[in-house]
Amino acid sequence: MSAVTETRDTVQAATQSGYKWGFETAIEMDIAPKGLNEDTIRLISARKQEPAWLLEWRLKAFAAWRETTEPHWARVTHPPIDYQDIHYYAAPKPKPGPKSLAEVDPELLRTYEKLGIPLKERAILAGVEGAGTEQNVAIDAVFDSVSVATTFRETLAKAGVIFCPISEAVREHPELVRKYLGSVVPAGDNFFAALNSAVFTDGSFVFVPKGVRCPMELSTYFRINARNTGQFERTLIIAEEGTYVSYLEGCTAPQRDENQLHAAVVELVAFDDARIKYSTVQNWYPGNADGKGGIYNFVTKRGACRGARSKISWTQVETGSAITWKYPSCILQGEGSVGEFYSVAVTNNHQQADTGTKMIHIGANTRSTIISKGISAGHSNNTYRGLVRMMPKAAGARNYTQCDSLLIGDQCGAHTVPYIESRNPTARVEHEATTSKIAEDQLFYCRSRGLSQEDAVNLIVNGFCKDVLKELPMEFAVEAQKLLAVSLEGSVG
Amino acid sequence: MLEIRGLHAGINGQEILRGIDLVVPQGEVHAIMGPNGSGKSTLSYILAGREGYEVSAGEILFDGRDVLVMTPEERAVAGLFLAFQYPVELPGVGNANFLRTALNALRRARGETELDAVQFLKRARAALKALMMPDDMLKRNVNVGFSGGEKKRNEVLQMAILRPRFAILDETDSGLDIDALKIVAEGVNALRGPDFSALVITHYQRLLDHIVPDRVHVLAAGRIVRSGGPELARALEESGYAGIAAEAA
Repeated sequence: MSAVTETRDTVQAATQSGYKWGFETAIEMDIAPKGLNEDTIRLISARKQEPAWLLEWRLKAFAAWRETTEPHWARVTHPPIDYQDIHYYAAPKPKPGPKSLAEVDPELLRTYEKLGIPLKERAILAGVEGAGTEQNVAIDAVFDSVSVATTFRETLAKAGVIFCPISEAVREHPELVRKYLGSVVPAGDNFFAALNSAVFTDGSFVFVPKGVRCPMELSTYFRINARNTGQFERTLIIAEEGTYVSYLEGCTAPQRDENQLHAAVVELVAFDDARIKYSTVQNWYPGNADGKGGIYNFVTKRGACRGARSKISWTQVETGSAITWKYPSCILQGEGSVGEFYSVAVTNNHQQADTGTKMIHIGANTRSTIISKGISAGHSNNTYRGLVRMMPKAAGARNYTQCDSLLIGDQCGAHTVPYIESRNPTARVEHEATTSKIAEDQLFYCRSRGLSQEDAVNLIVNGFCKDVLKELPMEFAVEAQKLLAVSLEGSVG
Repeated sequence: MLEIRGLHAGINGQEILRGIDLVVPQGEVHAIMGPNGSGKSTLSYILAGREGYEVSAGEILFDGRDVLVMTPEERAVAGLFLAFQYPVELPGVGNANFLRTALNALRRARGETELDAVQFLKRARAALKALMMPDDMLKRNVNVGFSGGEKKRNEVLQMAILRPRFAILDETDSGLDIDALKIVAEGVNALRGPDFSALVITHYQRLLDHIVPDRVHVLAAGRIVRSGGPELARALEESGYAGIAAEAA
């Protein structure tokens, strides 16, 4: 049997045992009845003690959702989703939103400990080579529908940075939430965004006031635990003039035979000279080797570069989910603003990913860079779909796009669908795309130097993804590399 | 140390090696010369464990162990090393990372302690210096954008860092100018000693002016048709392979 055949077969043989985050936490939950109607929305709003304006906003979104239909243009297939067969609210009892870590249910703390996310306010080593510096990461932990803990809030508050669950921001900073919520992704933007706007339960809120460089990495860890529950989180990050913030989200879910829906919305706003770095390590349960179970990850992420010279950078490592449908985008409005999209998407077994970005160049001299690396193994399908639009006023705007696909085995597919629209003659758009296979001679070369087949595949895959992985914050780059290895586990028995 | 007995092998149903018998004792360097298509590269790939070749008869023993049942990485752990005729490019994989990963995989498998980044760099820099290669060789991606000569020198660099007990050099001299050829030869000679053996596969005699072999074997049409001392290489250079190939037919 040839090495590539062997790789393919062993990759195919990889079962759910490879997913190490598939456990379920036994915890008493407060769950809303299944189904979606105005009463469900009123219940969510009431549970969160929301002001009337937000309930109105949700109800309008719900009305908009009922008038839109599920999009089917992506290269993914799934049985019809019964939106009435889902719980739209699930929160651990007794009370959501504890005041301090000491009040958090120990069972929850243990869950996050098990996930490798200790919710302690202790310094972790940044792992910067030789520098020996210590850096803290503030974490917001979202469990099903609610945030259960947020660390380092006092340290951040001293710097003037607000980092809290969005449900709390609604109560504590209503003027900010009201001003910016839906300002980048309108409530009726698309089917899944409308659904999210109607029923979102929690997520993170970040506000960095003028001139402040956020003193630490911010991170939110999303966990779906309850059965038949959808997770609809909403994240809003506002970076005022001259600020910098780096934010990372991670996510996992238990192994289950049924599919679960995750439809998030993320909105970023950057003013003059502000920089937002948004990184995602997406590791939702991908389903088993036969394609049973797994998360449907239908996400709308969009950043508005409103100010001159502002910059929004999306970096994503997508290894999980049965289906991924997401296109983190940048609206480059401010003159000289910059949008970046760095993506690694790995699909194995029967996973499907249709992911990419949209770069909308409105202002003059705006620039964007898109680096997409798709890796397909097993029977999976991996599509890059991206739009670059140069508007009439985008004089001197530039885009560079590079899409590379790597195939492992001969049962998988890689597809590249670039859309380019230019309405300004001075704007420049470059697009490069490659598709390659892990070659037999590459594996043999590595093995003849002493590497196992599995190590050889990891080395080649990591080399392929290097341009993206180097964009991740140091603390998470190593984690992402390990995740890639686990996702392709079984390349050797 | 390396014994090949009655080896018959081929690819896609076509027999290429038709009964090879060869013994390379420990500490010796042997050369294999022969015309194109005589089976030189097939022999090197079979020794290193490349898949796709069919061995129909015979055996290969390394320190008395059956090589043919071992995976390529097990052969590397045992101390075998193949310097490729056509080194393979690994985009995005830095040379230093590749070599340190390989070296530590070998050390782990042998029950030795792994080298940290500092220890590894020390070892790598010494090898670079000996081979008169610039330090940035370590930063570049494995063989990507390398000239033909750089690729061959990179193979010798890998050998100097991994320190195998038995090296197979498959036409390492082809594509090298005379200065590079001397440096490569010095790299091999530096490893020579009682614990190092090599099989130097070459088309031309000129490499053997710099790596003087203990024995020379002539491979033609899948068989070793003549063996002798270093003087055989010179005789071949003068008379060519034609006469010997005719003898073997």
